Amino acid sequence: MKMKTITTLVGAFSGLMLASSAARAASIDETVNEIFALSTGWFVNLIFSSFPGTSFPWIVGWLVVAATVFTLYFMFIQFRGFKHAISLVKGDYSDPNDAGEVSHFQALATALSGTVGLGNIAGVAVAVGIGGPGATFWMILAGLMGMASKFTECTLGVKYRNEYADGTVSGGPMYYLTKGFAERGLPGGRVLAVLFAIFCILGALGGGNMFQANQAHQQIAGIVGDYPGWITGVIFALVVFAVIVGGLKSIARVTEKVVPFMGIMYVAAAIIILLVNYDKIGWAIGQIFDGAFTGLGVAGGFVGALIQGFKRAAFSNEAGVGSAAIAHSAVRTKEPITEGLVSLLEPFIDTVVICTMTALVIVITGQLMIDPATGNYIVDGGKIATIGGVSGVGLTSAAFESAISWFPYVLALAVILFAFSTMISWSYYGLKAWTYLFGEGKNKEVVFKVIFCVFVVIGAAANLGPVIDFSDAAIFAMAVVNIIGLYFLMPIVKRELTSYMSRLDSGEIKKFK
Amino acid sequence: MANVLVVGFDPSSAGERAVDFAVNLAKLSGSSVLIVHVLEWSPYSFLTPEEIEERHARRKEELSRAKTSIIDPLIKSLGSSGVKIDTTIRYGHVAETLSAIAEEAGASQIIIGRTGEPGIASRLFGSVAGALAQSSPVPCTIVP
Repeated sequence: MKMKTITTLVGAFSGLMLASSAARAASIDETVNEIFALSTGWFVNLIFSSFPGTSFPWIVGWLVVAATVFTLYFMFIQFRGFKHAISLVKGDYSDPNDAGEVSHFQALATALSGTVGLGNIAGVAVAVGIGGPGATFWMILAGLMGMASKFTECTLGVKYRNEYADGTVSGGPMYYLTKGFAERGLPGGRVLAVLFAIFCILGALGGGNMFQANQAHQQIAGIVGDYPGWITGVIFALVVFAVIVGGLKSIARVTEKVVPFMGIMYVAAAIIILLVNYDKIGWAIGQIFDGAFTGLGVAGGFVGALIQGFKRAAFSNEAGVGSAAIAHSAVRTKEPITEGLVSLLEPFIDTVVICTMTALVIVITGQLMIDPATGNYIVDGGKIATIGGVSGVGLTSAAFESAISWFPYVLALAVILFAFSTMISWSYYGLKAWTYLFGEGKNKEVVFKVIFCVFVVIGAAANLGPVIDFSDAAIFAMAVVNIIGLYFLMPIVKRELTSYMSRLDSGEIKKFK
Repeated sequence: MANVLVVGFDPSSAGERAVDFAVNLAKLSGSSVLIVHVLEWSPYSFLTPEEIEERHARRKEELSRAKTSIIDPLIKSLGSSGVKIDTTIRYGHVAETLSAIAEEAGASQIIIGRTGEPGIASRLFGSVAGALAQSSPVPCTIVP
């Protein structure tokens, strides 16, 4: 069934390619790209400006400081609460009478399908391609610390959601910024909430949409040959449209079922490649540690590696960004803390496990070219030279191909499905922000959904550079607002946590299994 | 102590036969009947963000629909048989849920119907019978 769809898709592409004149199509792509780069450049520059006199972007510092603060404030909750989080997901504490409600496992799986995706495959390749293997070290560190940020925001997301008479809920940073600030008697909650909602819409259109469409196109083009991106864009847009506007739940349901399977298969393939190259694992880990503190010749030295690692981790697991708080807030639970604890597993699975696999495979299969004389990486135009001259998802694909020749086909399918499920998730996040700003209502929702579909086409047609810059910038802008809120609201989370833990110890919170 | 017979019911001729059998048996043995309707549900299935958001409302709808269109008509059709009949609607895996309820209620046996007809429903029932044969905590009667 899946294969048939793919074959049909490929068939449709080839047909369209013949029909359209290559020259004209290329100029459409170019125009889209030019306009896009021009209109978003200032925003990107603002978010990624460095601390004066350094090359260290302030936004990266912002995220790291936040993750550190939350880690310390909650006394390493990501390690203390890890075991309990697993029991929660297993359903050990779920009341059988609540069967039929969304389980912790389902909430985690759905939130993960929004974050596991291209960030893990393409994003990591970008990080390692620019920052070298050392970026992996900083990425893992950022993933571990990010678990505390995620815990904080998801607890708040559940605590301050809006519940409506029909039983549906809306939640996320917009709501905890407004209601939480009001509860603490702080001013400015509403302003922050509106800002967050605006950035969330941009993030949904950028990282949650254009970046996905762009990389999916690159994957398909890598297999069937180069063709104009807008064609992929239109096809993707139509399918997304069918799901989010047409309510074709069946497509979404199929993806939701295939995505976890793809994730497991991806990790399994990575482990196989690592096992086959077991003699090089020690060397690869050495490269990661050496690179983390010396840079091994990459642009910007070890700071360059650090920036890349932190950036990609944040982009991949979205800790501190606030998106996960939207996803988790819909879950019905008596204890907001339980949702926070479950959510801290996300950065772990996403970054510490899956991203690390990608990085190790790229390093271990020797895709990055090393100057034999110095042992440093050969840098060409800011990027490390690779065997096939590829970057982004192409680099990951080449790395897997060097070990398993047919894997690029599986990877292409995985990328397309990941891209699709991430788009569906982000269309929901964007929609929640949109309805927060403009109010609930069928027509208002359709307007956003149509805009969302238009951006699919733009994303597929634009070059990777401007798309990735804008995507990062929008998502980090969300983090700026969200984290300000988290600082003010973290005492509330602490109170909840203390109360929950004492009731857990006293046996008031019962284990059912 | 009153004896309890747990009977798994879904709206099919097999389900009705199982209930009839249980009611007759209860009459003869002076037992009470606990009619259980299980809504298939796995906590490990995957949902889209929209489905998660609507889940609570859907659950309410599903429960009230099961009551008004499945359980209520059944009770009506049974009329006054002189047997004490209780009903419950639960979410979960059918066989596991029936076993759990039988244990909770201290039931002496579980009764389910079997459909000889082809189709998804009968296959489902077949597997329930199979699973109960393997794992039921009390004797299990399968009504043909």
